Amino acid sequence: MRYLVRRLVGGGIVLTIVSAVVFGIFYILPADPARLACGKSCTPELMAKIRHTLEIDQPIVVQYERFVKGIFVGRDYLKGTTAQIHCPAPCLGYSYQTDEPVTFLIRDRLPATLSIAFGASILWLLVGLSSGIISALRRGTWIDKTAQAVALGGASLQIYFVGLVLQLIFVDKLQIMRSPGYVSPLQDPKEWFLEMLLPWITLAFLLSAIYARLTRAGMLEIMSEDYIRTARAKGLKKSTINFKHVLRAAITPIVTVFGLDLGQLLGGAVITEYVFNIPGLGRLATDAVSNVDLPVIVGTVMFAAFFIVTANIVVDLLYSRLDPKVRMR
Amino acid sequence: MSGKTEVSPSSEKKIEGRSPSRLAWERLKRDKTAWVSFGIVAIFILMAIASPLFQWIMHTGPDTFHPNTLDEMRGALPLGKFGGVSGQHWFGVEPRTGRDIFLRFVFGARTSLLIALAATVVATVVGVLIGLVSGFFGGKVDQFLSRILEIVMAFPSILFALAITPVLEGILESSGVPKGNASRIPVMIIVMATFGWPYIARIVRGQVISLREREFVEAARALGASRAHLVFKQILPNLWAPILVTVALNIPSFITTEAALTFLGAGVIEPASDWGAMLLQSVPFYSVDPLYTFIPGIGLFLLVLGFNLFGDSVRDALDPKSAR
Repeated sequence: MRYLVRRLVGGGIVLTIVSAVVFGIFYILPADPARLACGKSCTPELMAKIRHTLEIDQPIVVQYERFVKGIFVGRDYLKGTTAQIHCPAPCLGYSYQTDEPVTFLIRDRLPATLSIAFGASILWLLVGLSSGIISALRRGTWIDKTAQAVALGGASLQIYFVGLVLQLIFVDKLQIMRSPGYVSPLQDPKEWFLEMLLPWITLAFLLSAIYARLTRAGMLEIMSEDYIRTARAKGLKKSTINFKHVLRAAITPIVTVFGLDLGQLLGGAVITEYVFNIPGLGRLATDAVSNVDLPVIVGTVMFAAFFIVTANIVVDLLYSRLDPKVRMR
Repeated sequence: MSGKTEVSPSSEKKIEGRSPSRLAWERLKRDKTAWVSFGIVAIFILMAIASPLFQWIMHTGPDTFHPNTLDEMRGALPLGKFGGVSGQHWFGVEPRTGRDIFLRFVFGARTSLLIALAATVVATVVGVLIGLVSGFFGGKVDQFLSRILEIVMAFPSILFALAITPVLEGILESSGVPKGNASRIPVMIIVMATFGWPYIARIVRGQVISLREREFVEAARALGASRAHLVFKQILPNLWAPILVTVALNIPSFITTEAALTFLGAGVIEPASDWGAMLLQSVPFYSVDPLYTFIPGIGLFLLVLGFNLFGDSVRDALDPKSAR
């Protein structure tokens, strides 16, 4: 319990610093932050509104304080004039270009990113772990060698290339897969599944390669431990040794890597969403960058950092559960 | 182990004292994968260095338009089969512009490698210095530096890199650096190094902590050596193996980051050639002119694979225990 509190406080500190750094970089470093918030298709009226509401005339500390306060209790931009903008908590800023609070934009884009992340992670865990286990148990056979070669190749391939190639083969030439996109699973679960399939396979193909390598290496290392020899000498069944003793111990480091990968992905599968043109958080961020929509950029970066820090904490907690050797200090 | 072990019956055979680096070198020389992967990497590097030579041979530049190679009736797609492959244009021509894909590929390799290597050098120098200081001094200094490391690693790196590029670029431009790639490329190197150094610092720190209390350091300290001497003359020379391995395994990730950033639009600017840019520009044509997508894609794959395999081989040679 004390460990949990300490980790949470530590995570909170990291997030505070990250937010301060992000805020500082985007609102203080540029010569004219209002120009950056206004974007490419900027009108003089919008510019004037932003200059007034961004409170650039205020000292930096006050600006940051109001920003942080907005996250917890919401915020009203431009108090006391006609054009009042309300941004409810948690307020991560206001996009002048789309005329919406950043939190609303994130909320709209989150389901697509969640769909990609969870579907792909189930797939890559299944494929990666099982091929890693088979490789380790059948070490040196042609199955192992093939799996290793595929894993090595997969680890050197890039989403932005594989995605296009798979789309060319399965969507355009063979026409057995739906063109990638996103519909709400609540509306049409079948269509959701069909349109998500290609992004899932692409992401899973590349990541399962890494997981297969990790699983294989981990299992082989554990299999050479003394206690496994003891278990064998005791006459335990092979399957008991392999799954209860070896896999149990080999899986702990994989849990760590998995948690971090998932955390990174939840903040936006930037490249995947870009390649397949899926309206998720990553796409929101890349669009914001190309439209120079400063508040959205700041908001999405902070949101993604939140997932990464949370994933770190969850991984540490899980680790101490899974591995009795790790004492909770 | 292949080959015959020569057991010399004569007792006169000299017993050679071989240094660890010599042993590693001999292990590396025997490793076939190392040779093949080194060959792949070397071909790409030579190709990148020789890119102006190809320009001279082919009598055309990577940015020259060749409208006569395009079929105006079909939306300016290349004339002929396989994206316009011919004796004049070995890898075909770019749709819409007719620029020579082979030359863009060769010059693109140069851009990618230059940026990736520069980022590797900066990240390594910073990472090694911070790792050394953090591990050697320990205590408060270590806590402070480790916390910074943790924070840098908590940033969503690709997203942040995309976002910060225009900001940094603006700063460089306002301080007199010309617009375009002259300011974009330094920004890319800075951004990539910023997110790359923590991984190197972490490894160096761990190594320094285990070396710090060793007898030879103790002896030097007892002799009254300065801190700088201890760090740079006693500890650093023992670290070159792990640093080399980390560098070898980091280069491919910098290459792919560079391509990804350019693919996402925060990288090298037209008309400069770059593999990430080629992939991005090929997206609208991937189904009608697949070769245009495949050439930079396969190039990237081979180069990264070569570096990955070579890095693995170097690691196995330097640390035989890690070989599985």
